[in-house]
Amino acid sequence: MSPHDLLGAVILAALVLYALLGGADFGGGIWDLLASGPRTRAQRDLVERAIGPIWEANHVWLILVVVLLFTGFPAAFARVSIALFTPLVLLLVGIVLRGAAFTFRTYDRPDDRVQRRWGVVFSGASILAPLMLGVVVGALATGRLAGGATVDALAWLSPFPVATGLFAAVLFAYLAATYLAVEAEGVLRDDFRRRAIAAGAAVFLCALLVAALSSREAPLVFEGLTRRTFTLPLHVATGAAAIVAFGALFRDRVRLARTAAVFQVALIVIGWGASQYPYLVTPDLTLASAAGPRATLVAVLWALGAGALFLLPALYLLFRIFKGERPFAVVDRARPR
Amino acid sequence: MSGAVSDLLAARALFGTSLVFHIVFAAVGVAMPLFMVLAEWRWRRTGDPVHLDVARRWAKGVAILFAVGAVSGTVISFELGLLWPRFMAFAGPIIGMPFSLEGFAFFAEAIFLGIYLYGWDRTGPRLHLAAGAMVALSGAVSAFFVTLANAWMNVPAGFSVDAAGAATGVAPAVAMFPPGWAHEVVHVLLSSYAATGFAVAGIHAFLLLRHGDHAFHRAALRIALGVGALAALLQPLSGDFSARQIARTQPVKLAALEGQFETERGAPLRVGGLPDAAAEQTRFALEIPRGLSLLAFHDPGAEVKGLKAFPRDVWPNTRLVHLAFQVMVGLGSLLALVALAWVVQRVRGREPGPRLLRAIVLASPMGFLALEAGWLVTEWGRQPFTIWGTMRTADAVTPVTNLAAPLVAFTLLYVFLGVMVIVLVRRQIAHVPVDAAAAPHVPPEAAP
Repeated sequence: MSPHDLLGAVILAALVLYALLGGADFGGGIWDLLASGPRTRAQRDLVERAIGPIWEANHVWLILVVVLLFTGFPAAFARVSIALFTPLVLLLVGIVLRGAAFTFRTYDRPDDRVQRRWGVVFSGASILAPLMLGVVVGALATGRLAGGATVDALAWLSPFPVATGLFAAVLFAYLAATYLAVEAEGVLRDDFRRRAIAAGAAVFLCALLVAALSSREAPLVFEGLTRRTFTLPLHVATGAAAIVAFGALFRDRVRLARTAAVFQVALIVIGWGASQYPYLVTPDLTLASAAGPRATLVAVLWALGAGALFLLPALYLLFRIFKGERPFAVVDRARPR
Repeated sequence: MSGAVSDLLAARALFGTSLVFHIVFAAVGVAMPLFMVLAEWRWRRTGDPVHLDVARRWAKGVAILFAVGAVSGTVISFELGLLWPRFMAFAGPIIGMPFSLEGFAFFAEAIFLGIYLYGWDRTGPRLHLAAGAMVALSGAVSAFFVTLANAWMNVPAGFSVDAAGAATGVAPAVAMFPPGWAHEVVHVLLSSYAATGFAVAGIHAFLLLRHGDHAFHRAALRIALGVGALAALLQPLSGDFSARQIARTQPVKLAALEGQFETERGAPLRVGGLPDAAAEQTRFALEIPRGLSLLAFHDPGAEVKGLKAFPRDVWPNTRLVHLAFQVMVGLGSLLALVALAWVVQRVRGREPGPRLLRAIVLASPMGFLALEAGWLVTEWGRQPFTIWGTMRTADAVTPVTNLAAPLVAFTLLYVFLGVMVIVLVRRQIAHVPVDAAAAPHVPPEAAP
């Protein structure tokens, strides 16, 4: 495997993790907006508890993707930054407002009016950010981001990128609902289980829409989706994971549903990467043609390996402490206060 | 043409505004976790509930400021491409190493801050304290790596340029530690501790003046100024180290920040004054004979290169650079004086009196003003280049037009965030009950 393919795989892996972790945090924000029924308050409180300790760490996966892109594939980074200026600025506005409003809500006055006001900003931004992220990803495949003197400033507003934006938002909401169903108890669990089923159906419809539009607007991805032999097993596996997740949700086996949904979303992101391979930006920038000097790629890959040795245990610790079932006691035991 | 010029100005204004905003939160993110963990450490050692209260309230401040720092830092990482795509296409692979390593430091900050903020009741005392220490350490490591990238822009190394203008022979390890990296890193880290220390100390000194003797604010003041004063006293030494390095590696910048137009032996040090690039002289300055030669080369007779020794089209804006430099040095000197007064009181074992407290309140914003001024010195001082001698800022800018729109949008966003941060931090710190001894006593080792 050449260094640029390997670094491309690392970036795809970081995107998978960003979708599974950071994406689910955005999904939590969407359920804050859509909280309803007699347990509206309890639903919002659960979302807040679930993402509070981890959203900042989850967010860093996106930073890592950006940094690896400009370090390893500077030509693609420059091209995308110019051609997708507007959706990227909107993505930033969403990221800034989501994070700031979530934190401000935690530390502002506890009365309902103030909390609700921050909640609206937090949840609105939680929709804007994944929409724009999906739009950017979709636009890469349209072939309308060619370099040269003229920039097609509206390339991102055509149906295919808009559909992928919608797809991303729905996918993240689905993922969040399956996570929250595990973390909730009793009737609250049923609330999120039902939401996960509804969102799962929406994911299916969005996937059909994206696939249909890709035949017209993103022929390369369409070909990758339909004709390449090495992507076919991926798609079969994605479908199988989706069916398992659905069955488990209906039978109230939320843990299994969460695992299956994780596989489903990871396979969707990997399937997208495989369909687009070897292109970073259609029609002309591939992993090879956009890559920086070999010395840099090799150095960064070593740095990533060393960094992972430290990062993965730290991440394990974080999730073990806040998402583990039993109290954490490796160094010493927590004292009841 | 005028459209291109105004878009270049808008791009510089937007990037500058983003950094002026973010740099405050970045500096707080380096220093504040250290204060917080020192407070918790004292509580664990002594069982004094006041220090627990300080640690918990500071932790809330850290949570608010870190979140804003994280999102405004994200804006910067995208803006590198959105505003300067040609710079990034050229420099990305050369300075990607420090940025990649900074990514891991940022990961560590976010992970351990999550554990610290939400883990008071979920982790044991040692793990909690260690998590706080990791936040403080990774904040400093993060600043270390980011400053390396800036040092490279000032004195680029580790590549050559081919006939087509592309970078060849890239050596990431050489580029990561360009000449003069050490002085910039030390200066930036010390400025973070000094600026944050004085800003925090000023708040608590103000509340002490208002409420009289108050154990909470006394404890907070001791920790914040303990670190801040030490940094403020070391900073002049680091400044001297920087000046000597810059004299060797960035002579144009040195000439601009000192307002030195002529190349001369025994050059004077100018205090104040107004450089006039058209007349090629600096007026109204208080000149200390041979001072500049002495400071820059530790030799009163040394030759200092003046601006006129370099082509005019590589001069930065001499007036702005000199002014910002004077502000930085002036405020830094005042901080060092207040720090000295504090240390003298501490050594004599006395609590600071109202006069010293008032001086600390006055000095409170000076650290951050000096830090911003210092950042302007290094950035304005590098103009018209974005990579010194290699790429001009005008050649780095994006072809995207109408940049005034995002400039206005982000400026409004920053104003909104800034106001909210002040309101919310005030809520956390200003409303400590006057009788802090009424806080429940929580001995650190009470439970098994």
